[in-house]
Amino acid sequence: MARVIVDVMLKPEILDPQGRAVMGAFARLGVHGVVDVRQGKRFEITLEGEPTDEALADLHRMAEELLSNPVIESYTLRVEA
Amino acid sequence: MKIGVVTFPGSLDDRDAQRAVRLAGGEPVALWHGDDDLKGVDAVVLPGGFSYGDYLRCGAIAKFAPVMTTIIARAQQGLPVLGICNGFQILCESHLLPGALTRNDHLHFVCRDQRLRMERVDTVWTNAYAEGEEIVIPLKNGEGGYVADDATLDRLEGDGLVVARYLEVNPNGSLRDIAGISNPSGTIVGLMPHPEHAVESLTGPSTDGLGFFVSALNRLVNA
Repeated sequence: MARVIVDVMLKPEILDPQGRAVMGAFARLGVHGVVDVRQGKRFEITLEGEPTDEALADLHRMAEELLSNPVIESYTLRVEA
Repeated sequence: MKIGVVTFPGSLDDRDAQRAVRLAGGEPVALWHGDDDLKGVDAVVLPGGFSYGDYLRCGAIAKFAPVMTTIIARAQQGLPVLGICNGFQILCESHLLPGALTRNDHLHFVCRDQRLRMERVDTVWTNAYAEGEEIVIPLKNGEGGYVADDATLDRLEGDGLVVARYLEVNPNGSLRDIAGISNPSGTIVGLMPHPEHAVESLTGPSTDGLGFFVSALNRLVNA
């Protein structure tokens, strides 16, 4: 079994009101010195077998077509050691 | 003239959209998300609501529904499609319209009677309005902020594809106050506010929304 991690983040130029609200909470809770918070999604995908090139190509396709919206988001994909 | 209204799991406004079609003089046809048959309709409305619970992203899962596979293919060949609210989100996720709808900039769900200016009035869905006409229809969304990159926004403006713009208040942080857009040929329109809730004086703030449905029937009859 292998585990693949896909992280999806809003592109830097897209406003992230949720991240901004979290940053506001930091300040209210007495944590200062934070200049930016961006919120994203993390997918942990467990494969039945080895992470073959074919399996990873499928996951890249899913990351682009389903897990992220390339208009506003970017993703990274890695196999967990 | 038959106008199909799709029901997804989590659709809310499908019945109101059907009613609006009927009041405009058309025949509403219920379409089911799991059925790829469009039942011979002349146009399609993707209604508001929370298709598939808005899981993942609004409209992200709906675009893979069997009915959407057919609608996407037919829309690319000219089938008129109006996406309202969640339907607009589905059109963007399906890449039938550019850009995306994101979380309101103030993070609150907004529900208000919203004033709009109609800017493109030669589309299938807006030809009953006058250019520059101001209308008031309900708006209700949590993720209605229209975003796109500057090049896309410039193209939308330059090509005259902005259908409606928010007036007085920008309720959700939409870039350039954009409330609705169209494809170049004017067959596909996405709109965040809800014309189907403004078709009778008893229940709506106006009857200003009826024009979207009358427009489609005008165009289909004259086609």
